[in-house]
Amino acid sequence: MFGGSVVKLVVVLSAMAGAARAEMTDNVIKIGVMNDQSGLYADLSGQGSVLAAKMAVADSGGKVDGTPVEVIFADHQNKADVGSNIARTWLDVDKVDVIVDVPTSSVALAVNEVVRSKNKVFLVSGAATSDLTGSKCSPNTIHWTYDNWSLANGTGKEVVKQGGDTWFFLTADYAFGHDLERNVSAVVKASGGKVLGAVRHPLNTGDFSSFLLQAQSSKAKIIGLANAGGDTINAIKAASEFGIIKGGQKLAGLLVFITDVHALGLPTAQGLQLTESFYWDRDDKTRAFSKRFADANKGREPSMVQAGVYSAVLHYLKAVKSLKNDADGKAVVAKMKEMPTDDPVFGKGTIRADGRKIHPMYLYEVKKPAESKKPWDYYKLVREIPAAEAFKPLNESECPLVKRT
Amino acid sequence: MITIFGVPLQALMGQLLIGLINGAFYALLSLGLAIIFGLLNVINFAHGALYTTGAFVAWFLLQYAGIGYWGALVISPLAVGLLGVVIERTMLKRLYGLDPLYGLLLTFGLALIIQGLFLNRFGSSGEPYAIPEALSGGLNLGFMFLPNYRAWVIGFSVVVCLATWFVIERTRLGSYLRAGTENPVLVQAFGINVPRMITLTYAFGVALAALAGVLAAPIYRVNPLMGSDLIIVVFAVVVIGGMGSIIGSIVTGFALGVVEGLTKVFYPEASNVVIFVIMAIVLLVKSAGLFGRTAQ
Repeated sequence: MFGGSVVKLVVVLSAMAGAARAEMTDNVIKIGVMNDQSGLYADLSGQGSVLAAKMAVADSGGKVDGTPVEVIFADHQNKADVGSNIARTWLDVDKVDVIVDVPTSSVALAVNEVVRSKNKVFLVSGAATSDLTGSKCSPNTIHWTYDNWSLANGTGKEVVKQGGDTWFFLTADYAFGHDLERNVSAVVKASGGKVLGAVRHPLNTGDFSSFLLQAQSSKAKIIGLANAGGDTINAIKAASEFGIIKGGQKLAGLLVFITDVHALGLPTAQGLQLTESFYWDRDDKTRAFSKRFADANKGREPSMVQAGVYSAVLHYLKAVKSLKNDADGKAVVAKMKEMPTDDPVFGKGTIRADGRKIHPMYLYEVKKPAESKKPWDYYKLVREIPAAEAFKPLNESECPLVKRT
Repeated sequence: MITIFGVPLQALMGQLLIGLINGAFYALLSLGLAIIFGLLNVINFAHGALYTTGAFVAWFLLQYAGIGYWGALVISPLAVGLLGVVIERTMLKRLYGLDPLYGLLLTFGLALIIQGLFLNRFGSSGEPYAIPEALSGGLNLGFMFLPNYRAWVIGFSVVVCLATWFVIERTRLGSYLRAGTENPVLVQAFGINVPRMITLTYAFGVALAALAGVLAAPIYRVNPLMGSDLIIVVFAVVVIGGMGSIIGSIVTGFALGVVEGLTKVFYPEASNVVIFVIMAIVLLVKSAGLFGRTAQ
């Protein structure tokens, strides 16, 4: 008798557990980290982002209500066609539920459309174009870590304030560079400055000396680098070699990651001002997170992109847990927007209707070699840009998801 | 102010000079490729990876042995040359007599392995390598600021290129080399050790790549992708110059550097395509390349 009812109870309970699990598609929550695994953006995203996603999964217990969580990754080679093909295969065949990271704006914009059409979830950490929460915004996409508007608003505004009122741009010739140049130009003009010209260079350029000579002959006070990763490193290096700085012109690195500063070395990078949403040595929580990360990443500290992947995956799993369902991408994103975010990386934050994750941004200056006390001790804080001012105001948004009253 | 197509003459002079600097790298690398192809009939796809290795050896020497740039300029090509001997003796040797495609596949595989090892250890953005003290600073030429180091790169590579050309085309050793590739059996009959000569030729070719790697280290920083970024362009240079033509690869290397430099002024968006456009045109008009001899 007694034994029989225990058996019944177990059967009923396991049936209930089964029913709860059945809500998760294919009995597994699959996270696909897509980024540059081998090229000029591999250090700022790459395997580090995969590691960050795995850390977030582990910190969420490895399972959501008994459903295991799996992380896979792929290399989009910074090509939009490769990226959208991977996205299609992932969503159609491999049953991936959420795609994260995706640096290189042109690829991110392509993946954005694929994910929207398949009603899954897209959490962007690596890409910068503000269009992801502007004209191309999607109910399936959240733009997590930073964007071009916030960079322009941080570094661009500060440089103009310090007297840099004439600009010449070196712009990476694709969606990201164009968007960044447009955003910074707007800030420069709004602050009373002037844009004297721009030169568009191909992505992944080895030698910048030609372009720098053109920038030099423009006589602009500021040479704005609207590029990223390896391109920024090469441009800064060539500028110091060709005496651009000694000639009185200043460089503004509009998107500089800590991995770039590391590759440049402090003697070359010192004095650069840059805007980031994350720095490993900001407070005790970021230090603790970064220590765990660096220990598993050959001693390399996380970039803001990698930290953003951690934060995004963590919040995604919370939303799926509370929804008990991962099938409907729009519903998951809606849930994510509804719940406040909280993690060791960005602290407390929110997600807006247009898909913009909101947190403070920080304007840093790269230390002089003498000021650096330990490995990766690279930044000093110039100013914190509060969350409310860090991103493009919602009432200026071109996003159709934003209801206007 | 004099302008040409809206670009001030002074700016143009600067761009020409920069083109020559980049051309120096193309010339050094394509020279090594041309020698290896001309004498061994091997399309050495590992060339870019060995150029990267040259740069990394320089970085290792500085980091772990305290040996600076000048030491590296000698040691790194020797070390990579030795690696070349190993590659030739243990692997390439087995492929002679087969279709050149096999050599290409082997060296391509090697390139991927070497690049992968460096990527795994160092990541894609690489390590900084400082310009040597004696060559830091620069010269104001009036129309541009010429860093001393870049001037050194042009001068040094011109000397190396011309010396190599002289040895192969104008000395007895060079004539043995050329004869050995025409008819190895006959040359061997004269008492010359042809297999050893071929090994040393390969070693010399890849040592040139390593030399270019050391020269490039202070300019581009030492990174695993520096070779693969360059190698395709360098192959185009070799094809345009004429496969296996020594003088062709030198002249084409410098000339295409200049053409690329000018493209960066007039239509920067096309600067990474222009060399391939030229390659296509040259192949259509003169399929053996500008300096190549058509096969009889």
